[in-house]
Amino acid sequence: MTDNPTNPTAETGAAGDDTGRRKFLSRLSIGLGSLAALIVGLPTVLDVLKPMVAKEPRVWRKVGAVDSFKVGQTVEVSFENAGTNAWAGKAGATAAYLRRDGTNSFTAFTVNCSHLGCPVRWEPKANMYLCPCHGGVYYANGDVAAGPPPRPLARYPVRVTQGNVEILTTPLPIDGRVPRSS
Amino acid sequence: MMRRIGNWLEERTGMAELIRPVMSHLVPRGSAWLYVFGSATLFAFILQVVTGIALSFTYVPSTSQAYQSLKFITDNSALDHFLRSVHYFGASAMVLMVGLHMLRTFLFASYKYPREASWMSGTVLLFLTVSMGFTGQILRWDQTAIWSVVVGAQQAGYVPLIGPAIARFLLAGETLGGATLGQFFALHVFVFPILIVALLAPHLWMVIRNGISEPPKQGRPVDPKTYVAEYHALLERDGVPFWPDAAWRDVVFAVAMIVVIVGLAISMGPPHLAAAPDPTNLIAAPKPDWYLLWYFGVLALIPHLLTPYVIIGGPLVVFAVLFFFPLFARQGERHIVRRPWAIGVVSIVIVAIASFWWLASWEPWSPRYDAPPLPPQVVGTVSASAQTGAQLFHDQGCEDCHRIGKFGGFRGPNLTYVGNRLTGVELTWRIANGGYNMPAFGGMLSSQQLNDLVAFLETRKPSLTTGSK
Repeated sequence: MTDNPTNPTAETGAAGDDTGRRKFLSRLSIGLGSLAALIVGLPTVLDVLKPMVAKEPRVWRKVGAVDSFKVGQTVEVSFENAGTNAWAGKAGATAAYLRRDGTNSFTAFTVNCSHLGCPVRWEPKANMYLCPCHGGVYYANGDVAAGPPPRPLARYPVRVTQGNVEILTTPLPIDGRVPRSS
Repeated sequence: MMRRIGNWLEERTGMAELIRPVMSHLVPRGSAWLYVFGSATLFAFILQVVTGIALSFTYVPSTSQAYQSLKFITDNSALDHFLRSVHYFGASAMVLMVGLHMLRTFLFASYKYPREASWMSGTVLLFLTVSMGFTGQILRWDQTAIWSVVVGAQQAGYVPLIGPAIARFLLAGETLGGATLGQFFALHVFVFPILIVALLAPHLWMVIRNGISEPPKQGRPVDPKTYVAEYHALLERDGVPFWPDAAWRDVVFAVAMIVVIVGLAISMGPPHLAAAPDPTNLIAAPKPDWYLLWYFGVLALIPHLLTPYVIIGGPLVVFAVLFFFPLFARQGERHIVRRPWAIGVVSIVIVAIASFWWLASWEPWSPRYDAPPLPPQVVGTVSASAQTGAQLFHDQGCEDCHRIGKFGGFRGPNLTYVGNRLTGVELTWRIANGGYNMPAFGGMLSSQQLNDLVAFLETRKPSLTTGSK
């Protein structure tokens, strides 16, 4: 607030006018600066945050011929994700456990434990899925048998078309909106 | 000549004029070796910036190539190999020094008036340091890293309302993919370091402005009305210049720290790279580096129903308590002898973390997939039915979680002498129906198999297992 008396600019012009003029100029500078920050800052922030709302297409992916799966058996299959980039390499694929329940009926489970997402391992002799991280166990139908998992293994939509088994690409089951198995 | 260049520069920049008061400002006497951890953290951070920049010359932040570039860094160039080691042990040192710095500050109650904001900015810096560690581990981009991203996303997914959005942000989409690594690269290399520098500036400025806290004395409580005047009187009476009277210890300790980091880097090498990243390779057991390993144990051992609350509430509560408590403890006694509760809190936290650490180091809750079939000397001479049962004990996965002799997992009760504890009927009932952490095998075993298994378990008594000890 104290004007420097040796400052020549402070001596020019009437002291009374200066207060209003300076108030205006500082508001103008702050306002313009905020505007500039906003017009580049907003698109920047939106761009960085866009994966939060981006939706990827749903695509049916072939995982094998119906005849290549034995009834009652659970096997690991994999398929290409829907919205992946050219440089994804192997990270652009997803694995699933596929069980042939009957002639034309299949169940596809996510490999992610419903506790924290670690990849569960199918133990064919024990007929169960075991999670290496915190000891979650699931029955062959995906229901929780033991350990911390709060929900059954999530399932992918699966269908049989022209003799092929197809799985619908689906987001990683992180949102808890998982179909409950009976 | 040098002097003339120096004078020329000083006349134009005033750098010495700026730095001299910082170097010569008075600090309390007796601020000895326990005061070196903050500066050691700063030196570790600088080491991380330098080695990190050097590594970024070679590292390729591409989802399909990062692993190969890391292999190259680790295997093809001795200097890259060395730098990657130093970067890892430097990170470990930084986490360790932050911890010690915080412990010293807490035990000396240095967070009291007028240094509350120093502590609060330090709390944010602590969380940023741990975030740097986690994102750095992801940049290793091996099997452990990609599955850690999935685990991180899944944890974020527990947040009410915005959880799925945060998870999608971490994955850069709905699943792992080509964009995922870019998120962590940007966070680790730009966002978090810039935030750290932005907070370090006021954190360090406040050291100059408020001075380092004098060693606590019993019966000399902090009174915000008089503290600053008393502190300055103390400096006038008995202060010593920061440089070199106090700074020499910072330098000696930091140099010792760097020598240890380099020694470990040379003798132990960089952290192990797991298999190449592949979401369709399900042989993975993501585990955090040592500084978060104890938390991994917490997540395994909390009661299952509390999981969602602990995953989200735990870190939030820890942050809020750390961040705000100086506001509620801004005055009063500083000496540890007059603050018994502080000793209690520190002891409980240290014992708890150490226990979870120890448990997480051998993961008793994790199934032992690779447990071998029980050898004949453990099975002993038993009936044919029990022989079959011993094979079933392995094949049906019982052994993954239960231990007999020196074989099997630790998740469930040790069954070495289960024949002493449970009758055949009790065993049958338990196996068929399961329990809190035990799957129900009723639907999976034929009655013949169940009988064989129970026949085997009934023979598990001290007299028969002599070969197993």
